[in-house]
Parts: sequence; structure tokens; C-alpha cells
Amino acid sequence: MYHPNAGVPPQMQQPPMGPQGPAASYPSPHQHMGPQQPPHPGMQSQPARRLDPDHMPSPVQVMEDDQRNRSGIFYTNQKGMVPPLVTTNFITRDEGNASPRYIRSSMYNIPATIDMMKQVAVPFGLVVSPLARTLDEEYLPPIINMGEIGPVRCNRCKAYMCPFMQFIDGGRRFHCLFCKATTEVPPEYFQHLDHTGLRVDRFERPELILGAFEFVATEDYCRNNTFPKPPALIFLIDVSYNNIKSGLVHLLCSQIKEIVKLLPKDEGAEKSNMRVGFITYNNTVHFYNIKGCLAQPQMMVVGDVQGMFVPLLEGFLCDPTESEAVIDSLMEQIPTMFADTRETETVLAPAIQAGLEALQASECAGKLLVFHSSLPIAEAPGKLKNRDDRKLLGTEKEKTVLAPQGNVYSSLGQECVAAGCSVDLFVFNNSYIDLATIGQVSRLSGGEIYKYTYFQADLDGERLIADIKHDVSRPVAFDAIMRVRTSTGVRATDFYGHFFMSNTTDMELASIDCDKALTIEIKHDDKLTEEDGVYIQVALLYTSCGGQRRIRILNLSLKTCTQMSDLYRCCDLDTIINFIAKQTVFRLLESSPKSVKENLVNRCAQMLACYRKNCASPTSAGQLILPECMKLLPLYVNCVLKSDAVSGGSDMNIDDRSFIMQAVTIMDIPSSVVFFYPRLIPLHDIDVDSDELPPSIRCTSDKIRDDGVYLLENGIHLFLWIGLNVDMEWIQNVFGVQSAAQIVIDRTSLPVLDNALSVRIKLVIDSVRKERHRCMRLTLVRQCDKLEMVFKHFLMEDRGMDGTASYVDFLCHMHKEIRNLLS
Amino acid sequence: MTTYEEFIQQNEERDGVRFTWNVWPSSRIETTRLVVPLGCLYQPLKERPDLPPIQYDPVLCSRNTCRAILNPLCQVDYRAKLWVCNFCLQRNPFPPQYAAISEQHQPAEVIPMFSTIEYIITRAQCLPPIFLLVVDTCIDDEELSALKDSLQMSLSLLPPDALIGLVTFGKIIQVHELGCEGISKSYAFRGTKDYTAKQIQDMLGIGKFSAPQQQQPRGPGGQVLPPANRFLQPVHKCDMSLTDLLGELQRDPWPVAQGKRSLRSTGVALSIAVGLLEVSLGLAPVSKITTIMCTYPNTGARIMLFVGGPCSQGPGQVVNDDLRQPIRSHHDIHRDNATYMKKATKHYEALAVRAATNGHAVDIYSCALDQTGLLEMKQCCNSTGGHMVMGDCFDSSLFKQTFQRVFSRDQKGELKMAFNGTLEVKTSRELKVSGAIGSCVSLNVKGPCVSDTEIGMGSTCQWKLCTFNPNSTCALFFEVVSQHPAPIPQGGRGCIQMITQYQHSSGQRRIRVTTIARNWADASTNLHHISAGFDQEAAAVLMARMVVYRAETDDGPDVLRWVDRMLIRLCQKFGEYGKDDPNSFRLPDNFTLYPQFMYHLRRSHFLQVFNNSPDETSYYRHMLMREDVAQSLTMIQPILYSYSFNGPPEPVLLDTSSIQPDRILLMDTFFQILIFHGETIAQWRSLHYQDMPEYENFLQLLQAPIDDAQEILQTRFPMPRYIDTVQGGSQARFLLSKVNPSQTHNNMYAYGGAMPIPNAESGSPVLTDDVSLQVFMEHLKKLAVSSTA
Repeated sequence: MYHPNAGVPPQMQQPPMGPQGPAASYPSPHQHMGPQQPPHPGMQSQPARRLDPDHMPSPVQVMEDDQRNRSGIFYTNQKGMVPPLVTTNFITRDEGNASPRYIRSSMYNIPATIDMMKQVAVPFGLVVSPLARTLDEEYLPPIINMGEIGPVRCNRCKAYMCPFMQFIDGGRRFHCLFCKATTEVPPEYFQHLDHTGLRVDRFERPELILGAFEFVATEDYCRNNTFPKPPALIFLIDVSYNNIKSGLVHLLCSQIKEIVKLLPKDEGAEKSNMRVGFITYNNTVHFYNIKGCLAQPQMMVVGDVQGMFVPLLEGFLCDPTESEAVIDSLMEQIPTMFADTRETETVLAPAIQAGLEALQASECAGKLLVFHSSLPIAEAPGKLKNRDDRKLLGTEKEKTVLAPQGNVYSSLGQECVAAGCSVDLFVFNNSYIDLATIGQVSRLSGGEIYKYTYFQADLDGERLIADIKHDVSRPVAFDAIMRVRTSTGVRATDFYGHFFMSNTTDMELASIDCDKALTIEIKHDDKLTEEDGVYIQVALLYTSCGGQRRIRILNLSLKTCTQMSDLYRCCDLDTIINFIAKQTVFRLLESSPKSVKENLVNRCAQMLACYRKNCASPTSAGQLILPECMKLLPLYVNCVLKSDAVSGGSDMNIDDRSFIMQAVTIMDIPSSVVFFYPRLIPLHDIDVDSDELPPSIRCTSDKIRDDGVYLLENGIHLFLWIGLNVDMEWIQNVFGVQSAAQIVIDRTSLPVLDNALSVRIKLVIDSVRKERHRCMRLTLVRQCDKLEMVFKHFLMEDRGMDGTASYVDFLCHMHKEIRNLLS
Repeated sequence: MTTYEEFIQQNEERDGVRFTWNVWPSSRIETTRLVVPLGCLYQPLKERPDLPPIQYDPVLCSRNTCRAILNPLCQVDYRAKLWVCNFCLQRNPFPPQYAAISEQHQPAEVIPMFSTIEYIITRAQCLPPIFLLVVDTCIDDEELSALKDSLQMSLSLLPPDALIGLVTFGKIIQVHELGCEGISKSYAFRGTKDYTAKQIQDMLGIGKFSAPQQQQPRGPGGQVLPPANRFLQPVHKCDMSLTDLLGELQRDPWPVAQGKRSLRSTGVALSIAVGLLEVSLGLAPVSKITTIMCTYPNTGARIMLFVGGPCSQGPGQVVNDDLRQPIRSHHDIHRDNATYMKKATKHYEALAVRAATNGHAVDIYSCALDQTGLLEMKQCCNSTGGHMVMGDCFDSSLFKQTFQRVFSRDQKGELKMAFNGTLEVKTSRELKVSGAIGSCVSLNVKGPCVSDTEIGMGSTCQWKLCTFNPNSTCALFFEVVSQHPAPIPQGGRGCIQMITQYQHSSGQRRIRVTTIARNWADASTNLHHISAGFDQEAAAVLMARMVVYRAETDDGPDVLRWVDRMLIRLCQKFGEYGKDDPNSFRLPDNFTLYPQFMYHLRRSHFLQVFNNSPDETSYYRHMLMREDVAQSLTMIQPILYSYSFNGPPEPVLLDTSSIQPDRILLMDTFFQILIFHGETIAQWRSLHYQDMPEYENFLQLLQAPIDDAQEILQTRFPMPRYIDTVQGGSQARFLLSKVNPSQTHNNMYAYGGAMPIPNAESGSPVLTDDVSLQVFMEHLKKLAVSSTA
């Protein structure tokens, strides 16, 4: 339907400044734009007057501005203060609210009524990375040991002591801001109040002034009321033909020694308390006794894959330093023993079961690293059918291949999470492996999937080892339960991420590490009052890698508002996109892709329309008016729609699609930002003397010159695009060949050359890689080569090959939708 | 003419045969009226170092239904080169290689002294025996290390080419791969699940690979070797690594909570062992290669199971892991309160059948203070001829010596054990075979000489003996066919031929043939001929076997009543007496001991379960079922020797009266060797007279029974329990429970005691309510002469 005002020439207009306007410190106010011919996604005819993309809101610009204005120190002392963007370098000082690295909200000013929430359509979500890494300049949450009495908690809602608790009655009781109940202060915890009504010891007690801290748990918080043993790490190695032939087994065994040196340890601990164990499997499962006192390792084969069990107790899990010699000789034996294997039918579920039961038998939590090669087709529980049919992707029927077949892996995942056993899958497939199904184990147990299709040890080995080392060494929590408590009026309702829930409130995580985030939707169940605000407390009960049971508490206070403009001023778009993406991916498994996408577009339009209607000064209906902090919403929503996770069609295979969908589900905000809007860094004009990353540019082919070299990354892929007309000298310095045409495209790393440029380029690539938790494979793309199509697929502002809308097209479409809503 | 006694002895020495009746009644009805059935106790492997090695095949009767073997009882026509089968009367030509025979040049098998002869089949493959060790690891460290020592030692006792395998078990079962380097490998199985042979094969990954290098392995001399695999390796190849492997064996690591038993999976372990051998020998045809293996004859194998406690989980479980619930007693079984017994028994019986079918034997070495479930497992030994050994701990000389003796060797330095045998019985037309009782299983082979009536394992003329040794004795029962009144058949003799084919421990296939004949007599006219040929010892043992066989299924009192009735009927038939006059009762000389044997049998632990655990009962019965006549008699009626200053040691009555203060007694019950010092002797000993030079004769007196005991201890299998006790000592109960209680607390103070006390000067009363032999005999006489009984 055409708007009557269609055809009005686009015009930029001064934004109306007013009470609803953004903070004066923002240089660029509302972005207003007039539409042209309302374009249609997929419409072929280009309108006559083309909208200049440079005038459309630019993420690069927004990030740069934020970096300029908000870098430095961010104090968390104020209720409802919007933190800097995740891309901005800032240092957090915890002054009562948890650092935004741990927890971010999609909005920091919460509409007071359900009705208002409905109108604005902006989701209220939290993205929590409870173990996120902190900068060196920031403090780790302090660990508080309350001794026998354990953490002090509200009697009614069981919220933990935090700065939001108000002491009354001379310090004898405290008032809980979450549930409004009053609780007696335990005598051991009593302290007098000063004249301001605050405890005099508050500066000695982190839980009274900080937003993030940890309590040491008492036995009541432990499995079977006994303190846990240190967690363990079990390597499960598929030793069937594929993995032997690809060189994986050999490579892995040769690197295990280095890998186990990296086991994480508690802060201040001298060495890691974690133990390791080894299992190999093909169509049977092999356990190894690596007790340090043995002369040689012992292998025990369990052929009973129908009823898996652990055949040994002592000596399976050992301290890697004590058993070093035995592990060494085992690592020499494994590749030899299976060198001549012809076994191609493997099991998987029984192997995971074996690892799970090994942990159970040792009564500890832990993690399984499964190195698996092929679709499990051996006659055993968890045997899978090949249902590879990529034509289904993108159609109404895609659910049938994206949802798991059978429930063996799902129930196995539940067993795992119940035992505190997390499963990370390293997949080395040469064909369909049904990640949608086998990935369930990882999904439910808080694990992660790494995928190396067509793995060859000599090409991909380095990347794999880097990934394993990263996986093993990163900060991690085991056997965790997380609960989100909110003040009355709102409630956590929906949860996205890799975990299992046996009830409606507690997320059970066999493990969670610094790279994973959980996204939680909060909904109103009552009216809020403006003076109270909204309080959120996230409690993560976990076992540290040293075996200590702790509770990490993250507190966040938000404001409430009755004016919509207050809301639109205090939104965090990155969080909204993270939330929307996860919700969309989740919904794809329930409804048809078409309706899910339509819903997303509609919701986006509604958010913007509501702003236009209620917050913007009345202007011509033909003008597109975007709220300052949401001006990138149309772009980002389009990116979500175009992303492989949401629209991956028949141009990718089912496993890739499942992999990406699972990857999105665990993404934290720094990852999701770059995943949906990849970073494009020009390298041809790099400043050799600087040691910073060169500034990125907009992700569009308009910005790509054929005499340029560009690095593109989205956290999963890393491309180096080389124009055909690049300066010869540049090519010579970096690749050691005469011209772009001579570059060997198949290589996955740059040659080591002794010149400043080469060193600099390698440094840039390394530092980009270091920012991501998966080691990205470097793909070289030469202009006009076949692979260029793949590269261009990630230029998000462009029109997609499969006809998905360009930024311009989508923005116009959005404008049309908004106008439809307004009229 | 020699006496029957000598005749019997000769026969036993030459043929290993003892018949209950050495003259046979000519009709069926008369045979049944003899009360004690016509039967024999036969030792198929009786040691005969004097036998010549016959290196050719036996000559068979050409009649298809007969196939009897040429023997000294056949008529031979040397001119026509013909022989007449003495079983079917078929005239058979001699095979061409016998062309040179003549009266002066007879083949060995027709020479009368070779009524028992052994052929060595040279064209058969020479197969080394297989020994599969199945070791319980749920035992104390000291016990385990003692057991490990014994096992390591046994490696040196095995023939170097024998194949050996190792299975260990506790909560789980491990099948160890032998001869791997750099890493020790084992395959683990759950202890709670029964696996089929096919599953075991799949899980062990054997039998399935048709590896090209598996061309039939040939040993030296072109002999085809049995399919050795990763789990069964020749001893000479793996003894070093196996010694290390045994050395590294650890106790079952699973924790046992307070008040719990270890989880021990004996049932599944045994099942896997049986399955492993089935598979190893290619009995489960799966692919091409295994069908080739199938053409191998069954190879003799021994599963040697070492258990230190009861099976407490999975199939074959005999008790649960809760220590509050004790293992079943006879009382529980009687009240049908033994929860696991039936199911477990079924499991082990099925295993026994499988093992026996394959010709594999199962030995059980049970060493524990409590029961280990021998009752349930007994069929594994009973059916396969395997040993059952019961001891208190592996760290005892009883176990160590016994185990060592398993591998004892004969004069030629070969193991005294035979494998995978079949015993076939052929009879002349007047006879049929009605069954066998012993450590064997029926092969269900019907034939013309198979009787319809069954005693023991019947309806067959062939039995499988998976393993047997020179002592092994089988009871065979026969039936006379002809209805009465029958004339004495032509020739006047009935013939029986016992053919035992087996795998010698050297790997050779051998056939031993025993042919015997006995005269016929018409019982209606010549009963005294028949009664004169009665062998009361053989009869006592044969009856004991029948009774115990019956007792396995029937209730105690019924069995005892049957024993009594049989005894009374025998006395009625052969005693001389005036009607209703007990004092006139006399038995012929060669019957006089028989009632006494029956008296002791009734009181023995074979039939009385009081004070015995079900395991002990099973163990005792097992031994009775396999030993020869002399040993069995010792079990039924222990032997008592008395040592005094008055003369050389003398055998004395097994009676309380033999217990004298100035005597030393030596009792041999087969299971126990007991030295009992009379009160006075004991006092002297405690005063150390023996250490004083002037009392050297006392020292010698003390030493004499010890030396005699040592002699018995050194030869017997299993090694008996050695007990040294004094009058009034707690261990004296072993003696007191065996002696005839002619003096008890009931009659010793009775005025002018009703019983004639043979040696009135002393004797030692026994506290018991059991009747004495004298009372028993009085009753027997009364009932025998009674016209109403």
C-alpha cells in the first residue's frame, strides 16, 4: 500500500530538540530521513533517485562516537545508567551495580505498565555472562567467606545480601528490595548503623557496596551436602578410520602434554587441582588407567555399548603432573594401536555416556572434550539415520532437519547436566554428521561445538590446538545453577542459551565459561512505580575449577519510567539485537521461517513507529524518524534476517546451519555485534608504525576498492580479500610473490617474511583472532575468484545473492511499515 | 581257582572295573530281585603304565549297529583271517594289514591279558589343551597375593604348548589380552548382564576378522594348531608377560560400604569364560573363516575358576550384597526361603550344559570361610568332570598343594588328565545299559543296547567326560534283557565293552577299550553262585552313588527310607534266618560288612545335612561321585588306626570304644586326616616327655601317626584337612561325629548297660542321640526276619 506522501523528495531535517531528546552530549541527534519510492525487498527495479548510503546511520560511526565519548572509567554507582557500547574501551568501577561485562539490560529505564511495554514493543531482556573476562585494570569479584553461617539471605525470596538491602531497626533487621520482606539479621552478622542509616562496616564488607561479588558456599549448597571434589577433564577421542587418516589422533596425542598444562586454577592457587582422564572409542569404548605408579598404561575395552559402564575406578582420572610419564607413554601408544584401523562405524552416545559415568563414579563434576568424526551409525544407542537434505533449508520444512531426531541425545544431555558433566563437541566431519541431533548434548550440558569440516592435521591442526587450549584454559565454572531474582512487578520468563531447566526458574549449567552468555527475557506481571525502580540479582552457584563451591552474585538496578521517551533514551541496542537474534533462532524451531521473519520485521517497525508516534515532534509522515539509540535497529534487524543462522538456505549444508544456530544461542554481546555486522578492516593503507587495529569501514562493497586489501571477520569466518590491482610492493612484502594472481589461495596462513609490513599484517590478524574465542581459519579471497561470492555474502549492507534486501532496501521497507502502522 | 576276592582285585587292577555282582542272573526278574542293581564302577583312565602303545586304529565290527572293537573275547579264525564279534556274532574279515597274523603271531588286542588296551590315533590332530584362568579379585590382599603366587607357579607346571587365558572378575569382568607390548589391554564386561556367545565374540572382536594371515596355523610337524587368538596364547609365548600381568593384578577397586559384601560377578565371569572358549574354538559359526574353524574337533579345555566368596550380583547371584542377610542354609532351602538359589542354579546348569557340549571342563577352587555358592555351581563341575575344591583360604597349604597336584604328572612326564572324552558302552545281546552316575553328561545316543529303564543318566550308550583323571570313576548300570524263566544263554557269558575316546594331555587322540565278560547263572537254582560273586564294597559305593543321586532331587527322609528298605530287602534275600527269630539271622561272609557301610552312609554328611552348609554337602557329594571304590569307601566309613606301645599300629573299629587314653588314633575320612591323642598321651606330650632322651620311644609313638598321615596327605587329591587334636579338644568333634556311638550319655551310666561293651575297661562316651551300630543291627535283624515286613 502506497502512502499518500510517497514521492516527496527525501530531505534531511533538523531534529526537534526537547525534553524527550537525547542527552546533549551526543553529537548526532535523531536521524531523520525521507523515503523515496517505497522499495520492496527483492524488488529489482532501482528507484531513480538513489538514497546515499553514506547518509544512513552507520555502525562504524556510532561505535567511533561512543569510543570517543564514553571511553575511560565507567562508574556503576547510578541506578539505570546506560553503559558504553561493548565495542568501546572502558574500565568499570563497581560501585553498587555489576559491571556491564557481566550483565547488560536491553533497557535501563523500564516502562511502568504492561500496557506501555506492549505499545513500545521493545523487549526487556538481560544478557548475562557471569564469568566474563575483565580487563587487567578491573577487579575480579571479591570472594567472601561467611564461615559457618553462609551467605545472609532474605527469608522470603532468598535473595542474597547486597547493596540493595536496607537495614532498619538499628541494624537488627533488613528490608529486601526484591520482595519487600523484612528479615532478622543473624547475630553473627549484626552491625550498628551510622547516622545515615547505613552499616558502619559497609566498607569492609564487599556485599554491601559492590554489584558483583562471590560468597563461599556452605555444605547446604553442595550436591549431597558434601563439599565437591575438584572437577575433571576427560578427553574422548574417536579413533576410527577418519580421525586416524586426517592425522587428528596423532596430532592430538602429540599435543595433549601441552594442553593439560593449561588447566585452569583458582586465583592464587599454585597449580590446577583438575584431573584428566582419557577415553578412546570407535565401535567400542576404551578406558585407560593412567595411575602414576603404573609401569605402563592399562587399556580396558568395553564392548557392551548397549549398557555402557565404567570398568575402572582408580587411575582413570589422574593429576596430569603425577601421571605425566604414563600419559606420555599412553599418547605414544594410542596412535600406534589404532594406526591400521579400518573401523568406520562409530558410536557416540555410549562414549559420552562412558565419560559421564566415569565422572559420576569419581563423584566430581567436569567436562568432556569429544573429538568425533562421523555420523554415529554403529549398532548402539544413539545410532542415527542420515537425513541430509539441504533442499529443505529455508523452506517450511526446515524444522524437520534442524530439530533433533530421536531423544537419545537430549536425554543424555539431561543426564549429563544432572551429573554436572559438560560436553564440548569437536567435530571433524567429512560428510553429514547431524549436529542438530548430537549437538543436543552440548546444548543441554552447557557445552559448545567446534566444527572442522574436512579436517587435515597439517592445514587445520594449529587452529584446532589453539581452540582446545583456549577451551581448556579459559575461566570456567562447573556444576552450576543460575537464578535470576527480580523485584516485584517483573519476572524472568524466557531463557536462551546452553543449559537445562527442570523448573521454570533455575538454569542448570554443567559448566559455563567466560565466552558464553545467557539471555533472559523479563516480563511485567504488575504495574511498577516510578520511585522504586527495578532490581535484578543474578546468583550463580557453582564449583570452581579448584573445587570450591561458590555463589557469584551480580546485582543490577534499573529505573522505571512512565514516559516513553525516557525508555527510548535508555536502550542498549546491542543487547536488544542479541536478545532478538536468540529469540528468532529459537522460534525457527517452532514456527515457519516466513512467519518468524515477518514477526521480527513487524516488531521492529512497531518499536520505531511507537517512537515516531509518541516521542518525535509531529512532522511530515513521509519522514523516517529514528530514536538516537536505536538508529541502527533497521540495519541490525536486516543483518539478523540475512544471517546464516536465520536465513541459511540451501547454499549451506544442514550441519553448518545447525552449527551457526547453536553458536548464536551462546553468543555474548561482543560476539553477536560482530557476528551480525562483520568487521571490515582495510589493510592496504595500514600505518606500519602504529600498533593499534586500523579503523574499520562500513560493511559494503561500495567501500571496497580493487587496489585494496581487506580483512573481514565475524567471529566465525576470517577473510582476507585481495584486490587484483593491489600495489605490487604490498603483495611482495606480505605474500612474497609478484602479483595478486600468484598468491596461493589455499594456504591458511601468511608466509613469514622479514619486513615490517608483513609483521604488522600478521599482528593485526593475530589480534583480531585473539578477540574471538574460536580460532578463525584465515581464508584468502582474490578478487574475481570463486570464493569471492562467499566473501560478499558477509557484506551485510549489500543486497544478498539470494535476493535478501540491502540496507537501503530494508530501511525503505521499514519506513513503509512504520507509516502503515501510523496510519 | 582263585577266590572272588582275588578275582575282584585282579579285575580292578587290570580293567579298572568292579561289578556289584560277578556272576549274573540270567533273567531280568531275578536281577531285580537281587536288590542291589547289576552295575559296575569303572575307571576309564585307570593308570596302566604297562600298556603297550598301540599306534594304529582299532578294528571295528563291520555291522553298522554294532561297531564293537576287536577284543580278546572274540573268536578268531587265523586261517580264514576272520573274527567273530562277540557282541553281535557278525563275522568280520581282518583288514589287509592283519594279513600276517597267526596263532603264534597275534595282534595285541586279541591277547587275553589286554582286555584293556589303548590305541593312539596318530592321524588325528595333536591339540594342546587350553587352560583358562578365571580369577576372583574381591579377596583380601594377602589372599590375592597367595593366589597370584600359586597361579604364577602353575605356569611352570603347564605344558609349554598349552594355551592359556586369563579372566579376572569382581564387580566387573575383564578378559585380558595376552602378549601386548607397551600397554596392557583388557576387555571389560558388566557383571550384571548375561552375554550370549555371539555378543562376547562381537565385543572381544574375535572370530569376525577374516584376516588373510590366518591361514591355518601349523605347528612343528605340520600339525594344525587350534586357533589361538589374542586371549589364548601358548604358555611358552606369554609366560613372562602373564607373570607380570598376574603380578600387577589388583584387588577389586570398588569400595565396599560398611555392612556390605563385595559385588562379585562370578556368574557372568563364568559365562564369559564359557563363551570365550566356544567362540575361540569357532563353535559359533559367523563367517567363512569360522566355518573352517568349525571343522576342528573340539579341543579339550579347562576353565579354572578361583572364587573367594559368593556371587553377589547379576546372573548366578546367590546372595545379595547386604551382610545382614546371610547366605542360604539347608534350613532356608528346606523352608523354600532361599531367594536366589533356583535362578542361580538354573544359570550355572545352563553353563554346565554349554561347557559340556563343547567338551570343556570347569574347575572351581573355592576358598572362603563362608559359603561361596558351590551348591548352585556344583553342576558345572559335576557335569564336566572338573575339580571342585573347597578350602578356607588361598593362603593355605590345603589350596596350594591341591592346586599344584592338579598338574601332577605320570611316569612319562605327562599331565595326569584327559580331555574331551566320550565313554561308550556296548553290551552283548542279553544285556542293556540303563544309565551312568558320575562326573559326566549323557550324549543322548540311542542304540540297540540302551535300556528303557533309567538309572542315573540313562537313555544313552554314550557319555561325555570333559575331563577325567586316573581316579575318575563312573558308575554304570545294566539290565538283563531276557524275561524269566530263561535258559542260560549260549556261551554262558555276558560281555560288556567300554570304549573311551579322549584327548590325552600330550594332545594325542586316544581310544581305550575295556572288554569284560561274566558268567551267567540261573538265580532260581544257583542263587549261591550269584551271592558268592557279590562285591559288597562295590555294592556299597554303587548304592551310595544311587542314594546321593536321589538325594539331589528328593527330600532327606524319603531317601533314608529308601536306603533302609533296600538294606532290609537285601538281608531278607541273602540272609539265613528262621522266620521271626532275629537271633537266628546270619549273613554270608561276603555280605557282612555291607550293613555297616549302610549304617555309616546313613549317618554320613552325604545324607545328613545337619551341621553342614549346603556348599559342604555339595562338595562332599561331588567327591563321592568321582572317586574310585577304595576312596569312596573311606568317605563312607572312615578308617581308624590306633597307635600304642603295645605293638604296631592296627586298624580299629570306628567306635567310641576305640578312644582310649593311652592311644593315638589316626582317622582318615578322605576329607580330613585327624590325629587324636588320648588323654594320657596328651598329658605326657604337654609335659614334654618326648623331649627327654629317656622317652625316645614316646617320641617315636608320637611321630608314627604323623608320618603315616603325611603319606596320605602327599598323594590325595584334594589335599585333606589336617587336624591334630587331643581327647576333649574342640577339634575332637570330627572324630566323635564319625565313630559309632556305642557309648553315649544315654547308656553309659545305665545299670548293667543294655549294650554289650566290647572293651569294658574304658571307651569314651559321645553326646549324641543317634542310634549305635548295635541298635541299628538289632533293628535290621528284627525287620529282616519279620514275616510282615
